[in-house]
Amino acid sequence: MRALALLATVMALAGVAPAAAATRASLPDIEDEVMCPICGTLLELSESPQAEREKAFIRKRIAAGQTKAQIKDALVAEYGQEVLALPAGSGFDLSAYLVPIAGFVFAAAALLGAVLRWRRRGRAAAEAPAEPAPTGEEAERLDADLARYDL
Amino acid sequence: MSGRSLLAFLAVLAVLGLLGYGLLSKGSSGVELGSAVPTGELPALEGGGSGSVADYRGRWVLVNFWASWCGPCRQESPALQRFQRRHGGPGFTVLGIDTRDLSGDGAGFVREFGLTYPQLRDGDGDAAHDYGTTGVPESFLVDPAGKLRLARRGPVTEQYLSDFVVPLVSRGGKG
Repeated sequence: MRALALLATVMALAGVAPAAAATRASLPDIEDEVMCPICGTLLELSESPQAEREKAFIRKRIAAGQTKAQIKDALVAEYGQEVLALPAGSGFDLSAYLVPIAGFVFAAAALLGAVLRWRRRGRAAAEAPAEPAPTGEEAERLDADLARYDL
Repeated sequence: MSGRSLLAFLAVLAVLGLLGYGLLSKGSSGVELGSAVPTGELPALEGGGSGSVADYRGRWVLVNFWASWCGPCRQESPALQRFQRRHGGPGFTVLGIDTRDLSGDGAGFVREFGLTYPQLRDGDGDAAHDYGTTGVPESFLVDPAGKLRLARRGPVTEQYLSDFVVPLVSRGGKG
């Protein structure tokens, strides 16, 4: 009975531990998704005094047990939306996501159209009537030419 | 024009339109001497509420953009505080704008240097952009009519303040 209880406890912990680890924020996980507003580069690439303050701000919140989303929200409250490396999914920033999708759809449609046209042409060429056979006079000339060039 | 050409034309037009909108929405920046300065509302650095340069219409205002992480801002702050103590009043004030900074760090900076002049907060840097700043610190002297009279890139010194700001501010309400 005690062994069963121990097994249940171990299994429960094994299930909880990865979930907790997955949600725990870390500086490397956040600093590649936010900007150093002064430098105009990703925070992970910045070593300016402002970037160091921003990293300290993030570390302090990690130590306080905040999640990645909470920390990113706090950064937005401090620096505005532009602190996020990826644009917001609303307003004009939405075009950053929609334009590539529209471009992909447009290119796929153009490619599909080109393939269909190419196949249609190939079928039309195959179904075209065969060349008429040469007349007697043409056949004689052809034979004479072939004989002359020893082909 | 065939249907296909029209479609391609519209697609190119849409892309150009998006690019144009993106550029225009960024807006131009910078204020020329003699022009009206931006008067957008900004949150107060501490204590809630908000403020604007427009709140000081009728007074000379030395708008000072700074940040707590900026070394030269630390150098100039004592001079600004002394200048405020000497000249601050109904005809003049320094107005600090803490830009692209963490509010907690900014508040700590104000306490460290004992700054008594009003402080606003420009976390996203939009106000600094509107003034055309290229860094911090930068200071802009605004006359009582809200027009820009002086612009200083870099830290101000006692010498600069007495040579350039005092002569204008001592003219009182005449812009």
